[in-house]
Amino acid sequence: MNTDLRVRLGALELPNPVVTAAGCAGSGRELAQFFDIAEIGAVTTKSVMLEPHAGRPAPRMAETPSGMLSTTGMQGPGVDVFLQRDLPWLLSRGGRAIVSVAGSGTAEFGELARRISAEPGVDAIEVNLSCPDPADPDGRRFADDAARAAAVVSTVRSHARSDLPVLAKLAADVPDVVALATACVEARADGLSMINTVRGMAVDPRTLRPAVAGGIGGLSGPAVRPLAVGCVYRVHEALPEVPIIGMGGVRTGADVVEFMAAGASAVAVGTVNFSDPSACVRVLREFTEALESRGVPRAADLVGAAHRPGTGV
Amino acid sequence: MSDYGPVQVRCPVLNVRRVDAYYAITVVAPGIAERFRSGQFVSVAVGGDHSSTLLRRPFAIHDVKPDYGGTVEFLFAVRGTGTAWLAERRSRDLLDVVGPLGRPFPLPRDPVNCVLVGGGSGSAPLFPLAQSLRRRGCRVDFVLGGASADRVFSAITARRIAETAVFTTDDGSFGTRGRVTDVLGRVIEECRSDVVYACGPMPMLRAVTAVAGTHGIPVQVSVEETMACGTGICMTCVIPVVGEDGITRMVRSCVDGPVFRGEQVRFDDVGTIPFDALGAPGWKGAGASRPAESARDIA
Repeated sequence: MNTDLRVRLGALELPNPVVTAAGCAGSGRELAQFFDIAEIGAVTTKSVMLEPHAGRPAPRMAETPSGMLSTTGMQGPGVDVFLQRDLPWLLSRGGRAIVSVAGSGTAEFGELARRISAEPGVDAIEVNLSCPDPADPDGRRFADDAARAAAVVSTVRSHARSDLPVLAKLAADVPDVVALATACVEARADGLSMINTVRGMAVDPRTLRPAVAGGIGGLSGPAVRPLAVGCVYRVHEALPEVPIIGMGGVRTGADVVEFMAAGASAVAVGTVNFSDPSACVRVLREFTEALESRGVPRAADLVGAAHRPGTGV
Repeated sequence: MSDYGPVQVRCPVLNVRRVDAYYAITVVAPGIAERFRSGQFVSVAVGGDHSSTLLRRPFAIHDVKPDYGGTVEFLFAVRGTGTAWLAERRSRDLLDVVGPLGRPFPLPRDPVNCVLVGGGSGSAPLFPLAQSLRRRGCRVDFVLGGASADRVFSAITARRIAETAVFTTDDGSFGTRGRVTDVLGRVIEECRSDVVYACGPMPMLRAVTAVAGTHGIPVQVSVEETMACGTGICMTCVIPVVGEDGITRMVRSCVDGPVFRGEQVRFDDVGTIPFDALGAPGWKGAGASRPAESARDIA
């Protein structure tokens, strides 16, 4: 059977639905040692900021049951180095680039959108709304306030090239993820990415101190998958026309089927890249096999299947 | 994807054996064996495909042999559920191994006198290094330490392959009571060492670097830092390192290391973001004077 793996995220068509999650693939260079990154749907880059950032102190990572806590604190070289070194490399390898941007304050997001829009070859901008805003006295995330998140999305949309899709990356640990999603769409987000890591904590049983510096880290991995699938399901139900990239604990091709059935048009592979550097192509192969064994001719047919009465597709 | 980068392979276990207080696993991994250079490491998946233990465990490569097309041996101590699972592996079990990872020990061009300093299981990568150095005509001396006699790794092998081998234990049960740095200065003088190679816990590396500094000789240290991926994408294993340009960067132990020049590691600032590090809060380096970034700088 010749399965059609193509999926659409609004105006953006990808050859298949498997993409990388921001922060879990660098800019593709490291994973390219293990597979051809042109094979996957797209690489979502690590969030880029305007200036270099040294990030948070160590320890930055703790293993938890079916997951990990991390707190890298947005370490990165800044947009200049990204545009000079990382993006050209990714594009030269035939990779499709979803560029994740993070800012301290709304204006930085706008400037990043303007700079990245000026580069040919970028496929989409993903707006990281889950980083703490240093400009906020309480260190809240943009996603903690739907109005502020919408303001960021609106700024990015107005500074980005009009044909460049803007995706809003949502947090799951908010009072109302549907309200957040709706606010971002009303601010003209072309699509949604969900979910980011969830705030959590682990205590070192030996020292009785927090296992990661700063105490609170971002929980990722299969431990958060049901939460992520739930968010995708609820948001797709409320906003069925809005494309979603689903992510959170994807480990196998079956997980991609699950996210797409819940309403995702594409699915990002995240933390599993750390433990299995070939995960993206393995997940894509398993997903393709899952479609073939079910007799589903087009991957896009899966999107939202869990919302439809009957026996699925 | 290339002839020199790391590969991910399912390797049959050849054997698992006890060595002093540690375990050594040998796997058949021709691709890793042929790429390996001293100081590199492997990362090993633990717990099986559906384990709730997600992250790989990094281990320095201890030995590479041409048998069966190429075998790789690594050493570990049982510290938690992951290493306990590894210790239960048996011959013909399959292990998912990624390697070789990291930058190897730089080798001197000329035959010089090298002293190799190891602590506990951190001594493991020094043995293939010793063989590489010997092949280049270097003199090799060992200083190995551990908490007790059974934690001084492979003393017999060290005696066999080195000109001299000195041992220290915290409890005095073997060799000299004390730390490796208590005897290192004397060894450097007696053996007229030109360079120090060290691998072990961070406080030991810091102390060894200080001793090498007082004797005015260079030191290469292989750091042990907690890492999630080993391939350079997770950014969790960073330490502050001063570059050739005098600028401190938070660099990844896994791909920018694990081997660094000792005097370039800011041991006093490990676990912090130094105020003058590139991109630290309040960092004032933006603008015209910003240093050029190279491929091995921060990602």
